Amino acid sequence: MAILPELTLLTGALAFFVLSLYRQLESNQLKNTAVFFGFLTFIATLIAVNDQATIFFESYRIDLYSQLFKLMIGLGLAISLVFGQHLKDIEESVRPEYYLFLFLCALGLMMLVSSVELITIFVSLELSSFALYLLVPMRSDHKGLRVQMEAGIKYILFGVMATGFMLFGMSYIFGLTGSTYLHEIVAGLQSAPQPAALFALLMVMAGFFFKLAVFPMHFWVPDIYQGAANETTGFIATVPKLGAVALLIRIVSLSSGEGMFLIYMLMILALSSMFYGNLSALVQTDLKRLLGYSGIAHAGFILLGLLTLDPGGYAIAMYYIAGYVIMNLACFLVLCNVSQQGENLAIEDLRGLHQRQPVLAFVLAVGLFALAGIPPFVGFMGKFMLLTGALEAGGTQNLIYLAVVTLAAINTGIAIYYYLSVVRTAYTVDPGDSPAVTVDGLNKAAGIVLVVLIILMGALPAKIVAIADTAVKSIM
Amino acid sequence: MDNLIINEGFPLLSFLIFFPLAGAVVMLFFSGDSFARYWTLAVTSITALFSIPLVSGFDSSTAKFQFVEAHNWIPRFNISYILGVDGISILLVMLTTLIMPFCVLASWRYIQKRVTPFMICLLIMETSMIGVFVALDFVLFYILWEFMLIPMYLLIAIWGGPRKIYASIKFFLYTLVGSLLLLVAIIALYLENGTFFIPAMMWQNYTITFQVLAFLAFFLAFAIKVPMFPFHTWLPAAHVEAPTAGSVILASILLKMGTYGFLRFCLPITPDATFLLAPYILWLSIAGILYGGFTALAQNDMKKLIAYSSVGHMGFVTLGIFILNPQGLQGAIMQMINHGVTTGALFLCVGMIYERTHSRELAVAAGVGKYMPWYVTFLAFFSLSSFGFPGTNSFIGEFLVLAGTFRDNIPLALAAIPGAVLAAAYMLRLLQRVVWGGTNNPDQSYLVDLNFREIITLAPFLLFVFWIGLKPQPFIDLMNISVVSLLDQLHSWQQQGVAMTLR
Repeated sequence: MAILPELTLLTGALAFFVLSLYRQLESNQLKNTAVFFGFLTFIATLIAVNDQATIFFESYRIDLYSQLFKLMIGLGLAISLVFGQHLKDIEESVRPEYYLFLFLCALGLMMLVSSVELITIFVSLELSSFALYLLVPMRSDHKGLRVQMEAGIKYILFGVMATGFMLFGMSYIFGLTGSTYLHEIVAGLQSAPQPAALFALLMVMAGFFFKLAVFPMHFWVPDIYQGAANETTGFIATVPKLGAVALLIRIVSLSSGEGMFLIYMLMILALSSMFYGNLSALVQTDLKRLLGYSGIAHAGFILLGLLTLDPGGYAIAMYYIAGYVIMNLACFLVLCNVSQQGENLAIEDLRGLHQRQPVLAFVLAVGLFALAGIPPFVGFMGKFMLLTGALEAGGTQNLIYLAVVTLAAINTGIAIYYYLSVVRTAYTVDPGDSPAVTVDGLNKAAGIVLVVLIILMGALPAKIVAIADTAVKSIM
Repeated sequence: MDNLIINEGFPLLSFLIFFPLAGAVVMLFFSGDSFARYWTLAVTSITALFSIPLVSGFDSSTAKFQFVEAHNWIPRFNISYILGVDGISILLVMLTTLIMPFCVLASWRYIQKRVTPFMICLLIMETSMIGVFVALDFVLFYILWEFMLIPMYLLIAIWGGPRKIYASIKFFLYTLVGSLLLLVAIIALYLENGTFFIPAMMWQNYTITFQVLAFLAFFLAFAIKVPMFPFHTWLPAAHVEAPTAGSVILASILLKMGTYGFLRFCLPITPDATFLLAPYILWLSIAGILYGGFTALAQNDMKKLIAYSSVGHMGFVTLGIFILNPQGLQGAIMQMINHGVTTGALFLCVGMIYERTHSRELAVAAGVGKYMPWYVTFLAFFSLSSFGFPGTNSFIGEFLVLAGTFRDNIPLALAAIPGAVLAAAYMLRLLQRVVWGGTNNPDQSYLVDLNFREIITLAPFLLFVFWIGLKPQPFIDLMNISVVSLLDQLHSWQQQGVAMTLR
């Protein structure tokens, strides 16, 4: 029963397929089914966390590494279903399909983190991506502006282009090594001519940089975040990034020997992502765009963990992405609940949130301070360990590493301003005539769970990093 | 680990740190304004009571860290949870625990809206402030140092005056950005030593380039916190807009963290860089003393006046630290305590006037002496103390600092003297206006004198003003050995360095 989480998701997806065939549906029942399957998946990932197996002609491996990522995907899916219960801006007629594709996307991601063979990786990635491409334009078209269509088209075009890069790289890898199995590729790339091997790796990574929104592959983020429904954005901004990081770690670890070029490349990408994301976020007024740009900056931080080319660094990157997903879920939970009819929120719309809904305001403040990297939250611990790991990899005498770490630290200073201005609006501005916010018990509970996770992961990171360490070492 | 005295019994320092936090968590589950007030008063008072064994059990004959608690925290990076106090930090811990109950009392009527969150912020502040002074692990220190920004930001941004948003964001950005490079310096120090344990980082052979870079990173963070001229611009804004309790915490405790940082980190970790850069810092201190004095002289807003006077007083502290001799250093620590007591009390006094007249303007408060005799009595003593009148506490501190400066550097001392005169000028101006005013005083007859709660709030400060002023020896004894051993190590380090270069 090693693939229990995947089977659960598949069952969920098929259930919604069947439901989508009926014309008359209680939207209440539908959402309860969705939340039920969400939690069922999470429980399934918990049950399967210690499983070990290699199946499908060794192209699919179930180990601690993949199961940890599945656990996080399961948690992310469950939480995003909780705050996406009402699907305020998705028409009722397409809701079964919405859930169908959401579950398929999660299924694709779970398959992705277990894949250890190029074709399997590609198939899983496309399963998750195409489901996402369809989710974006499902937003209701109130104003007749069709922004969601624009976002959907952009997403699919950019996405297909990124996939093209990736396929191109994969073809090189196959050409150089004659195999599609990662463990054979590692051996094959050692003897392969270096520029070609490096080029191939970078091309494959480009596909995942797109998912993670790293600098040159980031440009889809703001428009798609803005155009998609809040609930969809909440999902896109969190769960797929887990899959991207899982695969980036696998691919970076394929590189061997002449790592310096790759390291410098990753440094440049990391710093440009941080500066681009943070500086652009400073001037945003739309909350989703702001979180999108902040996500680009955080992707840069994750690259700091990868560029150590060392299992310790990968483990910290894993810890950081887990933390990032939780912090971001907390923010989107608030955003989805504050939005009255599913409209986009400007920062202004949060004014006086502390009076309108104190619990949500608190969740938002913790989430944003954590994203900003203020201790004792998980965002600080993650950043701190990433910086320490990166500086450790270079040694103090290496000025390049020192410069990168210093610039990354300075970025934290740039970022604090926009996070703080959101908190300020929520806590110090008078609510005026803003409508009251109602929030159900399940959402409140989910918010508090996220806050507790943010604080606990930040205060007691030792255990989590140790587990991530074992997981990463097992795939090396 | 030979410079630690492990505490086997009751984990006193952990209790002091976490008891206020626990109190804050408990408050989440209760509502009611008066509950919040009494509960916070109880929690802070109990913390203050429990800090007394710290002094009575303190062994002032050793420079080792005492009451030490050590636990592994993040073994991967060799980060531990280590707490301890020595002669330098014990007075600051005591200052923190003793001042907090009076901050609660001062907010009793002043804070009318959102009382529970306010009190939670105060308690979280207390946790992180005590933690900063007792942390012996650099990561633990940094976490508490940064974490403090959130409650302090909220204190100013929610309960502050009209320009609270500007002031709070300025405060947050200034302090956060200042400490970012501190983080990089901490990580670099870790890579040199393989541990984040602070005493293990002291007196190590770092290259001079490394020391200078680390020193500059430290300096930026701590100079902003002190605040030293020219990094002081956030202070008047934050002070003016903060509620009374916020101003008191800011002036009495937060500013001391900067100078504490100089003492704890700059001197022992980067001694060569300290010798190299001390002259510049000394002249910056003089600039701060004079600038603070002249600016305070021109203020019409009472809080601003006291805020600028803080810049001047803290200039004396940095002067005393970087003159690097025993008198200077002892004077600096005394001055840190004195400034905490006196300026804290002055901010309380301004807050009491503000509660009555809803203005901080000197002109509006002119001539209240006639109707508030108790109030002006207190104010007079605190003002005298503020400019270092003999017999009050600040006299001891300033005298020691100046004596130390005269011993080593007479031009510098001569340059600092006008600062003392300026202090007298602006404080007497304040006092004259508030007590007597002029012929065109506003009608003050509606004012009522201090009530019992307010007298209770101010009286302990007065006690300390005269206690330290008339019998400073017990306070000096507490820190003496630590200060002397710090300087001994510093000077023997210097001689070693000279010997090395001669060879």
